[in-house]
Amino acid sequence: MGFTVFYLCLIVLVPLLMLPIRTSAMTWDAIWRTISDPRVVASYRLSVGAALAAAAVNAVFGLLVAWVLARYPFPGKRVVDALIDLPFALPTAVAGITLTTLYAPNGWLGAPLDRYGIKVAFTPLGITVALVFIGLPFVVRTLQPVIEDLDVEIEEAATSLGASRLYVLTRIILPYLYPAWLTGFALAFARAVGEYGSVVFIAGNMPMRTEISPLLIITKLEQYDYGGATAIALVMLLISFTLLLTVNALQGWSSRRLAH
Amino acid sequence: MAHVDTGRARDPKKGLTEPLLVRWGLTVVALAFLTIFLLVPLAAVFTEAFRRGWDAYASAVSEPDAVAAMKLTLLAAAIAVPANLVFGVCAAWAIGKFQFRGKQVLTTLIDLPFAVSPVISGMVFVLLFGRQGFLGTWLADHDMRIVFAVPGIVLATIFVSFPFVAREIIPVMEATGSQEEEAARVLGASGLQTFFRVTLPSIKWGLLYGVILCNARAMGEFGAVSVVSGHIRGLTNTLPLHVEILYNEYQFQAAFAVASLLAFLAIVTLVLKTIVEYRTRRSMDRQPAVVPAFRAADI
Repeated sequence: MGFTVFYLCLIVLVPLLMLPIRTSAMTWDAIWRTISDPRVVASYRLSVGAALAAAAVNAVFGLLVAWVLARYPFPGKRVVDALIDLPFALPTAVAGITLTTLYAPNGWLGAPLDRYGIKVAFTPLGITVALVFIGLPFVVRTLQPVIEDLDVEIEEAATSLGASRLYVLTRIILPYLYPAWLTGFALAFARAVGEYGSVVFIAGNMPMRTEISPLLIITKLEQYDYGGATAIALVMLLISFTLLLTVNALQGWSSRRLAH
Repeated sequence: MAHVDTGRARDPKKGLTEPLLVRWGLTVVALAFLTIFLLVPLAAVFTEAFRRGWDAYASAVSEPDAVAAMKLTLLAAAIAVPANLVFGVCAAWAIGKFQFRGKQVLTTLIDLPFAVSPVISGMVFVLLFGRQGFLGTWLADHDMRIVFAVPGIVLATIFVSFPFVAREIIPVMEATGSQEEEAARVLGASGLQTFFRVTLPSIKWGLLYGVILCNARAMGEFGAVSVVSGHIRGLTNTLPLHVEILYNEYQFQAAFAVASLLAFLAIVTLVLKTIVEYRTRRSMDRQPAVVPAFRAADI
């Protein structure tokens, strides 16, 4: 017990406490100047925007994949099921260089897209692709058990009462999945917004255009601007926490509604 | 996972599943998505790694800097995994078997490293131990280096892989309660005996699962380690950082050769994970126990 708390403090709390301590040593003016710098604001917009877009893509396809895995039989299902966790297991740097090579104008996927004038690598689209990759398991793994646990009897009852399959899917099954769906979305977003390894390679890192906030933190640290780095980090944490709190509130609301 | 075989999917009663064409369509779309986003990248790692043949591959992974990076990665994991294993068991023990105030807070705090960006995880150590950091002057006076040296890398690795073991076995410990341990103690078993003969068997699969995930993260961490490393070749480079350096020097084949080692590690992780999940389900069939909270939020 004592050891638990001691280790927790030593490894996690004391280092994390450095954030507020470091910030309190700065004046409001200095903090504001850092975080209102156009380059920093652009990076927030990019990080949050790309993370939201990626989480939305994952919400759609993650639901589809979870549904197919939970409900439909097909050959090789076990392998596919295990493969879902690849983005968890594959080091982010490896994912980063691989996606960059694939989507570069001469890559396997980049070349065909380039013919249609779609540039992926070194654009915000590329950043979104990388974030889709790392966020996918969060949505699938949150939804899959919920779909597996769905009570077939409810579907049977609705069907025997004359509901069409489409009605059952959209009006009965989907509302059940909302809380888990939201959780998956939030987890995917939270991971994506702070992601670094898989993004830096494909991003191109042009200031104002494809420079993500975590990279700016590193840049500031390398210039020994610890205060600036801390200020940027604090805003990032605020963004994540706000979203997680919002989702928690939404979830409470939707499960209350479901209870009636 | 997807092995709830109630026969409903295989023998669909009319109206209780989607039309055949819709089912096929959805399956094909889902598999196509997974192929493009998961399978193709995995295949690309190995294709690129062997692009210039076996010799180039072998020389890229046996080059001194690569070997040094491998050693450092193994060292960091060899310290981080056991440390977090011991902590995980202690934390789960405290949370699962005892009642105390602030338990919920403790559980939340354990998950904290998952909630912060890897870059911020690395940054806090620079703020603490860096030259202009909180303890920077003191460390410099005593001629000690933590950040931009091996200790920093180990610390950052411990930090990011911290919650894995604890969060896998906390639910198991909570569900089994403490009656069995109490019974063992009453029957005269010593504390250690109780732990090894009663507690350990009940948590072994959750423990193993946590260790596998913890190890994968410890060996593969990039963002946090990158911040504290200082990128000194042969000294403070882990495998993922070595991949980055090679890639940025346009040595693509070498970068992918080293990356393929990490990708192989990822595949081994997935296989082990699947086996452990399978065993957990089997042991659950025999004796009603608890599913460790696998699934989402593993990272």
